[in-house]
Amino acid sequence: MDVTSIIIPAAVIGVIAVLIGILLGKASEIFKIEVNETEIKVRECLPGNNCGACGYPGCDGLAAAIAKGEAPVNACPVGGENAADQIAAIMGGSAEASVRMVACVKCKGDCEKAEDVYRYVGPESCRIAANTPNGGPKACAYGCLGYGECKAVCEFDAIEIVDGIAVIDKEKCKACGKCVSVCPRHIISLVPYDKEHIVKCNSKDRGLDVKNICKAGCIACTLCVKNCEDSAISMDGNLPVIDYEKCTNCGKCAAKCPMKTIS
Amino acid sequence: MALFTFKGGVHPDDGKKLTMDKEVIEYVPKGDLVFPLSQHIGAPAKPLVKKGDRVVVGQKIAEAGGFVSANIHSSVSGTVKAIEKRLVPGGGKVESIVVENDNLYEEIDFSKNIRPLEELYREDVIDIIREAGIVGMGGAGFPTHVKLSPKNESEIDTIIVNGAECEPYLTSDYRRMLEEPEKVVVGLKIVINLFEHARGIIAIEDNKKEAIRLLKEMTKDEEKIQVNVLKTKYPQGAERQLIYANTGRYINSKMLPADAGCIVHNVDTIISIYEAVIEGRPLISRVVTVTGDCIEDPRNFIVRLGTDYQELIDAAGGFKTEPAKVISGGPMMGKALFSLNVPVTKGSSAILALSRDAVAESEPSDCIKCGRCLEICPGRVMPSLLCDYAEAGDLEQFVKNHGMECCECGCCSYVCPAKRHLTQIISGTRKVVLAQKKG
Repeated sequence: MDVTSIIIPAAVIGVIAVLIGILLGKASEIFKIEVNETEIKVRECLPGNNCGACGYPGCDGLAAAIAKGEAPVNACPVGGENAADQIAAIMGGSAEASVRMVACVKCKGDCEKAEDVYRYVGPESCRIAANTPNGGPKACAYGCLGYGECKAVCEFDAIEIVDGIAVIDKEKCKACGKCVSVCPRHIISLVPYDKEHIVKCNSKDRGLDVKNICKAGCIACTLCVKNCEDSAISMDGNLPVIDYEKCTNCGKCAAKCPMKTIS
Repeated sequence: MALFTFKGGVHPDDGKKLTMDKEVIEYVPKGDLVFPLSQHIGAPAKPLVKKGDRVVVGQKIAEAGGFVSANIHSSVSGTVKAIEKRLVPGGGKVESIVVENDNLYEEIDFSKNIRPLEELYREDVIDIIREAGIVGMGGAGFPTHVKLSPKNESEIDTIIVNGAECEPYLTSDYRRMLEEPEKVVVGLKIVINLFEHARGIIAIEDNKKEAIRLLKEMTKDEEKIQVNVLKTKYPQGAERQLIYANTGRYINSKMLPADAGCIVHNVDTIISIYEAVIEGRPLISRVVTVTGDCIEDPRNFIVRLGTDYQELIDAAGGFKTEPAKVISGGPMMGKALFSLNVPVTKGSSAILALSRDAVAESEPSDCIKCGRCLEICPGRVMPSLLCDYAEAGDLEQFVKNHGMECCECGCCSYVCPAKRHLTQIISGTRKVVLAQKKG
């Protein structure tokens, strides 16, 4: 076999490769996309769950918004203070002190404490069960149904169904708020991480009606309101509401609560 | 002649023989009567009485809370005991007027309301119907005066009396057609005369031979009224299917029957219209079928609204065996009850006590892609697919694949060999979508 029949094609391909190389090199200069360095750095500080809790389309969306100055540096509820500080360093300036929030289920009526009025047969979904008579088999029309709609949406594995009600692990919760919006009974809310006393009942019924169906429900006795030294508790209908700006974690309300609803 | 029908549907065992040959008897309640302020679609009524007031039969105790709303009249004489939240057959708690029964049944003078038919204009008739608090008595409870005031009044050409009664076990409409056919015909004539171009159709399934014969006989000289015989099939009496079967016109979830030139009334509603216009009586009673294999003596009762379900079951001899399930309404679309202390409302068509809970017995398994639900779906949607989307929480695809066209008739759950809870999941998801749209 003639050696030239190998050399010639190799040389031709080599020349073509060099030409294409030059062409691509030029093209990358002409069509260069401006990359915002800050945006990439900010993106690296974000957790990357793409949960959407900040209100932007994923972590990339938020990073772009922060880099442009459209969103505050502490806009990511999941990253919390840690991420906010890092981002603040990149953006120049300091993060405003943000209060760490956690989600909390306002119901203590588990299988033992709260009665069911009928046997529910159907898909294990709170949204579907909420359309059955009485809004679900639970006698209390406000309590946790326990089919785990919130558990399914939690990206951080912070929710467990224990004894028929959802329980949130305070340490794992990143306050993204997905469980808050998915719960058909609206019993999950965000509370400050360092506050220990929460009214864990959502029933708007009269005290007597609650007592008849749930051993852990608020009976609207108002003892907590009367005993709060910081006057941080007020009644909204048949439920006490704690103002966490005023609450000092003294624990008098929890100690006085006859139903142990506040804990 | 070929029978009128639609595509799809199922034919469950109808259980009607338990009550279809028994005469309707009147039941006079002894206990307290409860009048929920929301027995209809639309705004709740506003109470006109307060605790301690004395009321008599026929007295208006609550007035409509808007245009789409209805008046409520007392069906008993006695004292108002309380105005509080009470459980209703639908399962929720609704603000209700509770009247302590004095067992005197003192009436207001109904004859004062009567005006000769010739003297009444269209507006007067609709006014009488509104004043009488009449709503659709097939179950949905849409206020009748609203139905009779469509925007395209001149385009209404068909008034259909829904005598299909396709739900298994129910025989109240059948018995009413047999026992009071003249009220059905005159009631229909009153409605036809409200519309310039309208003709009337009385639509009856072919398993009600006696009612068909009787009504054909009574309407043979009526030019504007015909009796259509429908194929016996569920859900023949669903509004959309009924309109398609009788006129060939198709409507979807975004349209009203009036958009297809039709108005559909239940037999009970037509009779209530007759009683309001000719006899001057407001809507204070209805016929309820009390049946099922657990009832000692199943039959139809003419009942005063507000009567307790438990009292009515006792009137039918009580339970002969402990029921596994008690349903308000028919077995396909009715609501299961968890308490029998609920009042008869304008939409209560039946109390059904069954010894077997067919739903609870069957464990759902995965879809085997047999396609039976697609074949029978009267709404022509794909239940198995919709259910998949609903379970995955994909509301966008659910709506895109016409999930909102489902009429929740229950046929898909009935035929599914894998026993999936198709109707329940789809109807639950529809409500989630509707709630999202609202707020």
